[in-house]
Amino acid sequence: MHLAIDARGIRKRFGRTDVLAGLDLAVRAGTIFALLGPNGSGKTTTINILTTLVQPDEGSVLVAGHDVATAPEEVKRRISLTGQAAAVDEVLSGAENLVMFGRLSGLSTRDARRRADELLLRFDLAEAGSRRVGTYSGGMRRRLDLALSLVVEVPVIFLDEPTTGLDTRSRQELWRVIRSLADGGATVFLTTQYLEEADLLADRIAVLDHGRIVAEGTADELKALVGGEVVELRDGEGVLLVELPTDGSVHGLRRAVEEIDRQAAAGTDGATVSIRRPSLDDVFLQITGRDVAPELQESR
Amino acid sequence: MTTTTSGAAFAGHARPATASASALRPRLGGVTAERIFIGRSFVHSVRDVESMLMAVMLPVMLMLMFTWIFGNAIDPSGGYVDYVVPGIILLCAGFGASSTAVSVSRDMTTGVIDRFRTMPLRSGAVLTGHVVASLARNLVATAVVICVGLLVGFRPSATPLDWVGAFAIIALYILAITYLFAAIGLAAQTPEAASGYGFILLFLPYVSSAFVPVSTMPDWLQPIAENQPITPVIETIRALLTDAPLGQEAWWAVGWCVAIIAGAALWGAWLFRRKAGRR
Repeated sequence: MHLAIDARGIRKRFGRTDVLAGLDLAVRAGTIFALLGPNGSGKTTTINILTTLVQPDEGSVLVAGHDVATAPEEVKRRISLTGQAAAVDEVLSGAENLVMFGRLSGLSTRDARRRADELLLRFDLAEAGSRRVGTYSGGMRRRLDLALSLVVEVPVIFLDEPTTGLDTRSRQELWRVIRSLADGGATVFLTTQYLEEADLLADRIAVLDHGRIVAEGTADELKALVGGEVVELRDGEGVLLVELPTDGSVHGLRRAVEEIDRQAAAGTDGATVSIRRPSLDDVFLQITGRDVAPELQESR
Repeated sequence: MTTTTSGAAFAGHARPATASASALRPRLGGVTAERIFIGRSFVHSVRDVESMLMAVMLPVMLMLMFTWIFGNAIDPSGGYVDYVVPGIILLCAGFGASSTAVSVSRDMTTGVIDRFRTMPLRSGAVLTGHVVASLARNLVATAVVICVGLLVGFRPSATPLDWVGAFAIIALYILAITYLFAAIGLAAQTPEAASGYGFILLFLPYVSSAFVPVSTMPDWLQPIAENQPITPVIETIRALLTDAPLGQEAWWAVGWCVAIIAGAALWGAWLFRRKAGRR
């Protein structure tokens, strides 16, 4: 099994806070790996360490077969990073941004121009290509941001919360691009706080909480941790009153319904019971004992 | 965009997908990165209307203001223009260089520098780009000051060699103040803060021999004005362009500028390393 990312025992402190408290990551080449966690769980620090920006206090990190501590230049030749804020040059046009990054990636000016034209077309920016990035919408900026990372199609692509702040349509467009990258053979490592995103995109998901990986597996494996169906009680307006996981058996289901009944919430006017498959929200709740941040709920 | 058009663009790509996924970036040799970043900063300068106006309009306005409005009050004989030209050159260079702090800070806060850091190149070259663009911008401003000065009665007595010396010391001063502004840009949390911190430096020329002789200032202010870096720089330029005696001032001027460049470069380099991965 060829690993694109092999990190063991990463620790990182900032001041008195353990941002990462012993992190292990193994990402197979050519797959999409999602690091899922709420704000402040250490996602960006992890990406910064994997992309040579920050040195870990402890632990070893191999990216694309090279050690980030002893051979950062070799790692840099093989990775690209799309950070959280769209790190684009606002004064330059979209095309000029792409040409600049092409030349910085070692292309001749002519090759950089040709590559810029290809990418503008592929990311639906051909018409906006000659406009200054300062005039772009959030979605356009993000697409350019991603295009800049693909000027040279490096083997390992890091995306830090690639779709944060995007509308549904732009988000789906970006998902399609990310999938096409993996189809082309690249390894994609992305962080997200959107459970749906990890669910839809990733071959494997690791759940990060307080600087530790608390669960890892495919989306189905993680959902299986919760067990079977979830019983919900909602009032007349659809507001969630009670939510209980079950083990999937008839007996377990009956017990859950009885439990709801006992909590007397069922007496609320117009309240209805429903049964659904467990989501990654449930997984997060189950593993960490906490709900994901309220903003994450809205994303569903 | 529809899936079909993008799919076609993707499929039309010359190399097979698997091969393209293993492409590597070469290390950039020589000064390629510096050249690219200098080009970028030039484009920034030309497109930043505000800083371009600052670089061209401000010298004209200040020159006219000091000679026509203040000039006769300060020196009724009409010779003030010969005295004030060096001061206005430095004042303009300060304003012109201050936009470096904002540019550097903007690069730090947008995260574009972190992106350069993850590529196999000297990411510090992006700062070199800003510094060289500032030097070029401010040399243009200096030329404008001198041209306007000549139009309103500035009569330098400099030989060609004096001119070379004067431009050398002006360039050194521009570099010093630009390095300082670049470091301030690295230290500031936001571009707005960078602009604010830098502002205080712009007042230094007033507390020097730039506009009035130090001997006319209050007693307590004189030692400050006499011993701050701007005064020897001003005196050196003045001596080279007019008939004033040069003396020790030139050494002090060069020493101050070199010390400021060294200090700002060390501080900047430390900040630049420390801020990796932080926004």
